[in-house]
Amino acid sequence: MQNLLAPGHRACAGCSMPTVIRLVLDAAGTNTIVVSPTSCLEVTTTPFPESAWVVPWIHSLFENASAVASGVEVMMKRQCKDTNVLVIGGDGSTFDIGMGSNSGMFERGHKVAYICYDNEAYMNTGVQRSGSTPFCAHTTTTPAGELSLGNPRPKKDMPAIALAHGVPYVATASVAYPVDLRKKVERALQTQGPSYIQVNAPCITGWTFDAGTTIEIARLAVETGLWPLFEYVNGELTEVKKIRRIKLVDEYLKVQGRYKHLYKMPGGAEILRSIQDIADKNIAMYKLVD
Amino acid sequence: MIKAGELVKPGSTQITKTGAWRTFAPAVEHNKCIKCSLCEIYCPESCIHQESGLFVPDLAYCKGCGICSHECPSKAIIMVLEEK
Amino acid sequence: MMKVVEGSYAVAHAAMCCSPDVVSAYPITPQTHIVEHLSQLVADGELRAEFLTVDSEFSALSVLVGVSAAGGRSYSSTTSQGLALMYEVLYNVSGMRLPIVMTVANRALSAPLNIWNDQQDSIGARDVGWIQLYSENVQEAVDTTVQAYKIAESLEIMTPVMVCMDGFILTHVYEPVELLDKEQVADFLPPYRPTDILDPQNPKTFGAFADPSTYTEFRYLQYEAHLKALSKIENVAKEYAEVFGRDFGGLLDAYQADDAEIIIVTMGSVVGTIKEAIDGLRAEGTKVGLVKIRSYRPFPAQALMKELKNADVIAVIEKDICVGNEAALLTDIKAAFYNSNLRMPIIGFAAGLGGRDITIKDIRKAVEKASAARKGIESQFEFLTLRKEIL
Repeated sequence: MQNLLAPGHRACAGCSMPTVIRLVLDAAGTNTIVVSPTSCLEVTTTPFPESAWVVPWIHSLFENASAVASGVEVMMKRQCKDTNVLVIGGDGSTFDIGMGSNSGMFERGHKVAYICYDNEAYMNTGVQRSGSTPFCAHTTTTPAGELSLGNPRPKKDMPAIALAHGVPYVATASVAYPVDLRKKVERALQTQGPSYIQVNAPCITGWTFDAGTTIEIARLAVETGLWPLFEYVNGELTEVKKIRRIKLVDEYLKVQGRYKHLYKMPGGAEILRSIQDIADKNIAMYKLVD
Repeated sequence: MIKAGELVKPGSTQITKTGAWRTFAPAVEHNKCIKCSLCEIYCPESCIHQESGLFVPDLAYCKGCGICSHECPSKAIIMVLEEK
Repeated sequence: MMKVVEGSYAVAHAAMCCSPDVVSAYPITPQTHIVEHLSQLVADGELRAEFLTVDSEFSALSVLVGVSAAGGRSYSSTTSQGLALMYEVLYNVSGMRLPIVMTVANRALSAPLNIWNDQQDSIGARDVGWIQLYSENVQEAVDTTVQAYKIAESLEIMTPVMVCMDGFILTHVYEPVELLDKEQVADFLPPYRPTDILDPQNPKTFGAFADPSTYTEFRYLQYEAHLKALSKIENVAKEYAEVFGRDFGGLLDAYQADDAEIIIVTMGSVVGTIKEAIDGLRAEGTKVGLVKIRSYRPFPAQALMKELKNADVIAVIEKDICVGNEAALLTDIKAAFYNSNLRMPIIGFAAGLGGRDITIKDIRKAVEKASAARKGIESQFEFLTLRKEIL
């Protein structure tokens, strides 16, 4: 099979993002146009005069990828071309700065598959908090300190926002589950209208974990219930990935630098319990365990 | 020659050999390999490919991240400190 | 076909005649009627284009980035706050060399909130890399729209164009306009055929990031395209005049300037009032003339010097203010003249801000001050009609 994301890109060693992109492109094939907002993805894959992209690709700005993709999609329809139009962007553009443009694209019903590789902070600028940063994670703008236990707010529920727009296909996925991810991308591309897939994508630099464990970290997010894998079609929950042996969130948190303050600081134990509560709620809500 | 706008040829990052970044290199013990292809699937550099039925990392691009080694279910890949 | 129509309709009709693939815009006074008319033209099947309603001006122009990169011809219109909201996209469009055409219905900026006409909005965007053409009346806005596409899309230019027309004064006026004939426009304006588009058959990367080793050259190429546009704008105006029989000038236009001792320089709809003032002053024996700037970007320095070289004094009247300095056109003209041997006094006036009328009396006042400046400049820049009693 032709590799649609060429090597030689400048992503950090152990970054999960290129794997996510390659899996997405494998599912989409060559008849595809990708629009990307400003992100790690953009700077690491397109240092002029080089590009890692083998399919046509365009970057305009940080907060307008969905609007640009709308324009591309309209032109494809106008020329009667059955070309896949994808947005692939990070959580900063998806959850925060690009929200207006995303909302417009969802609401107008363009046939655009929006793939968010979610590494839960602004990694490109050096690990600042985004709307996607989970509760009490340390980032450079929500640092742990005498008066702080990290990010004080919970992660924004972006899939629910997509669902509230009536987006007909909404799913979560994980880089650790490539078969599931590819299947979901294929389903998204078959959807008449917009689709949204949020892919958990650990960042070795921002989350700080041992070399080589990127995929294991992503797997732990799923196995603890913190990253439920689900799928909604036309607003109905149609699929949930069951967890065979549920793990405590502790297994996931203790191996990441962004949570290490919770194991040292007063009040940390209480926070760890409330993070377990988040996972327990997911487990109950999505019936993750049979 | 640069052109108006910023247009770039597809797949052209291949001229940059990111293998230079590496400290540890994967060494594959092919007799242990069970051909599950997980190393190929997970490799962020897309640089592990099958050659005559064997999974081989392309060291020109491998950054030595160790994901292939960590994910290999039969422990067929070990990371070895490279002498340069 | 000559018809009495609203300015906004005339411009919407002109945009339709250029057969855009996609129109995307967000409503904002006084641009709203243009997009309402375009929506209706699409709804009635007269314009076979997609009309995209969007969440903001920012998204309106961003949609057109996608359209243009995918090979489509596109149109938008905006004003004031909307143009300000587009600011980031403006640079992006010109940097990616996407030949989008957009009408700017010139309006003041907040605060204080004001919906009336001046030109602070487009003047604020003078350095974003777009060509800016200003219109004197509705007919010129109509004709300039067609010319704009021809200029923007020519392969040696590939630069977006703003067609600026004074809000309300031109967008809401009803006057007789020669509406364009779609087929005649199609003959004049060839279909948009860019060499590089988003196409899976021939994949390319658009919008890569450039480091210090190449960024300068990208900007140089834009700078060079604007230099080339100086002659392109002239040529397209001439070609247009041959086909359509109307000529509003190329880079600029002059009125009674040949033997004028005092020359007023301005842009936009105030030209009409100034012409009337000049007729009155000439009847009284004062040799006054006018140079109207059509192309503010690229700035027609050489053409201006040629037109102004015999004047004793130059008075610039403009509807903008660069708070912290003076007004934009005044600065640009003085800068253009500095290294030449032209040494006449150049004075300037900010006028018509936030929709204040510029009357013949006001223009006579400017002319008197210019006349006095021949004996020595008292003030090189001032607000033409300042209500000192409310300060």
